[in-house]
Amino acid sequence: MSEAKVKDKAAKGPEAAQEIAALTGNEAVAMAMKQINPDVVAAYPITPATEIVQIFSNYVADGLVDTEYVAVESEHSAMSACIGASAAGARVMTGTSAQGLALMWEMLYIAAGLRLPIVLADVNRALSAPINIHCDHSDTMGARDSGWIQIFSEDAQEAYDNTIQAIRIAEHPDVLLPAMVTMDGFIISHGMEVVKVLPDDTIREFVGTYNPKVKLLDVDTPRTFGPLDFTDFYFEHRRQLAEPIAKAKEVILEIGKEYGKISGRSYGLYEGYKLDDAEYVLVLLGSTAGTAKTVVDDLREAGVKAGLLKIRVFRPFPYDEMAALLEGRKAVGVMDRSDGLAGLGGPLFGELRSALYESKNRPPMKDYVYGLGGRDCGPALIRQVFDELLEIGKTGQVKERFTYLGVRE
Amino acid sequence: MANLKELSRKPERFTGGHRACAGCSAPIVARMLMMAADQPLVVGCATGCLEVTSTLFPYTSWNTPFIHSAFENAAATISGVEAAYQSLKRQGKYDKEVRFVAFGGDGGTYDIGLQSLSGAMERGHRMLYICYNNEAYMNTGVQRSGATMFGAETTTTPVGRKGYGKKQFEKDLTAILVAHGIPYVAQGSPSFWNDLITKMQKALDTDGPSFINVLAPCRLGWAFPPEETIELGRLAVNTCAWPLYEVVDGQYKITYKPREKMPVEAYLKKQTKYRHLFRPGNEWMLPEFQKHVDEKWERLLTLAGEPIPAREPVAAG
Ligand SMILES: Cc1ncc(C[n+]2csc(CCOP(=O)(O)OP(=O)(O)O)c2C)c(N)n1
Ligand code: SF4
Ligand SMILES: [Mg+2]
Repeated sequence: MSEAKVKDKAAKGPEAAQEIAALTGNEAVAMAMKQINPDVVAAYPITPATEIVQIFSNYVADGLVDTEYVAVESEHSAMSACIGASAAGARVMTGTSAQGLALMWEMLYIAAGLRLPIVLADVNRALSAPINIHCDHSDTMGARDSGWIQIFSEDAQEAYDNTIQAIRIAEHPDVLLPAMVTMDGFIISHGMEVVKVLPDDTIREFVGTYNPKVKLLDVDTPRTFGPLDFTDFYFEHRRQLAEPIAKAKEVILEIGKEYGKISGRSYGLYEGYKLDDAEYVLVLLGSTAGTAKTVVDDLREAGVKAGLLKIRVFRPFPYDEMAALLEGRKAVGVMDRSDGLAGLGGPLFGELRSALYESKNRPPMKDYVYGLGGRDCGPALIRQVFDELLEIGKTGQVKERFTYLGVRE
Repeated sequence: MANLKELSRKPERFTGGHRACAGCSAPIVARMLMMAADQPLVVGCATGCLEVTSTLFPYTSWNTPFIHSAFENAAATISGVEAAYQSLKRQGKYDKEVRFVAFGGDGGTYDIGLQSLSGAMERGHRMLYICYNNEAYMNTGVQRSGATMFGAETTTTPVGRKGYGKKQFEKDLTAILVAHGIPYVAQGSPSFWNDLITKMQKALDTDGPSFINVLAPCRLGWAFPPEETIELGRLAVNTCAWPLYEVVDGQYKITYKPREKMPVEAYLKKQTKYRHLFRPGNEWMLPEFQKHVDEKWERLLTLAGEPIPAREPVAAG
């Protein structure tokens, strides 16, 4: 791994202490994990997430972390071991992608149901079949109702920052839910970028130590984890999961602000780019935001009031915020990097339509399913979406509610 | 060697009031483990009869830390607990001496959980895995498993005009575990309490992974009167259908040898699941069964370096 780190000399305030490093997304997440220094990591390799745990196991081998690294024989066992370790009272992390996350699926629900704040780095990759190793969001979307917090990252910097914040969010006493931080496979995971890295001490202080109230290793107070519930209790226990989901939003905002104090980079539930006065708004997740920003800039120069809304937190979904931000716009284009196969576009589209249901001033909205299996999405395609939005804005008519972008029909 | 008087004075760490069928042997095995251990235990359990009958919320029979997460992953789950223990201990964040045990039924061990068991054993976690083998998926209503013996009637190997119960012989999971090269592997039976508790104690004292395969008669699936549980286990052992042995660092030792090896018929006759073996037209089945038992027993004798006696002829019919 290349770690060309230099101090950011021009920086002031919290930024002054940071080092500027050239890191890939995977390296940045592994670096965050090193600084967090979790008690246990249990993981299994899969492209394009392999490097995260590979680099991390080097940290273990070099004695740079205190972590017990469990090189399990499958992702199902990875999440099972994470569950055991987290229930025991340890701070636990893992990383995976696509088929690996799919194999964990059963255990994802169990991690949430047992209220275990495991943090997982999911490098977004398309689900089989056909088998493919490149980016789309179908893997994360397959876990969207599992009770995990889901945070998307636009670039390596965000992946690094989000990983650190995810520990605090997941472990917050009002939340106590597992969290996954995602980044786009290859585009971010393997792309070398400039990343500002905080000092180890700052991170260790920020994440603090994990000392849960209830733990399996408390042998003096024996407890049963994962008992059987029948019709008399299951519903109440599942109902309780809605509470931390409701509170998570506030906690995410609070921690995003606090992180801003140590890094100069504050985080919210979403990021608006030239959004305030925008008439034509694109909504999307992940790395495509970077490309979309340049298209927005071009359009602004040409006098078009274009804007971008990048959603950072997909679970819990910021319904109210989205409604407030999108109502009254001339046209909204949604870009979904996975197909819901529900008959009406992708999952992001479904959430946004739902968010706007009560709105008196619903904008015309269209979904574009794009980029499946790593299909490139350059400025030309995004430009095409805006062109259509301009047309929709003029007529107020959406002819087709969803379409596929950049595919041979 | 365990001493009954001493054992009876130990606090109950697996308590009564659970919902297992009257005569179920699985809770007996769990209780024996709790008596065998001197250290605090963290117990994991796969989905199955033992788990569902002992942890019906808001009750639990486990007066010791217990975790159930899913069906196929008791070994992986406990390996995570053990990893946390190692990590926290190394960092000076935890100072107690604890042992780790995972329970799985035969379905959760021979079949769906074999991969996670194999992984955990190969990685060398210090944990004891106990398979309570009742030779079928009892919790879901007596379906066949890789542990179900030849000819047994289950709900997925029904007896009919063509069907004659399970066509295959059981897989030798104990041998698979021996092949992992782990320091302690054994077969046990709750009917031989001293033998089993001693094995449990040895396993818990082993600095590394250990495995005990316990034949656990199920009165519902095998169909026998509840008061005969212990007798059934005795017959399984005395017919050599379920020999008691241990393999310590690769060395085989038969821990109990029947004074007189009984014909397997004596064991099978007690169970309704084999009743069709004694019906006209199925005369070929009993000799097949006996041959299989004899061959396995002789192989075991060879592995343990014991002489092989002449076989009793089995008359067909
Ligand atoms: C992944 C998964 N598949 C299937 C089941 C349904 N199931 C629960 S317990 C069980 C059988 C358990 O059999 P065994 O392990 O032999 O334990 P027993 O009930 O016989 O004690 C099955 C099939 C499940 N819970 N999870
Ligand atoms: S069905 Fe069999 S294994 Fe299950 S509780 Fe009843 S006797 Fe025990
Ligand atoms: Mg069974």
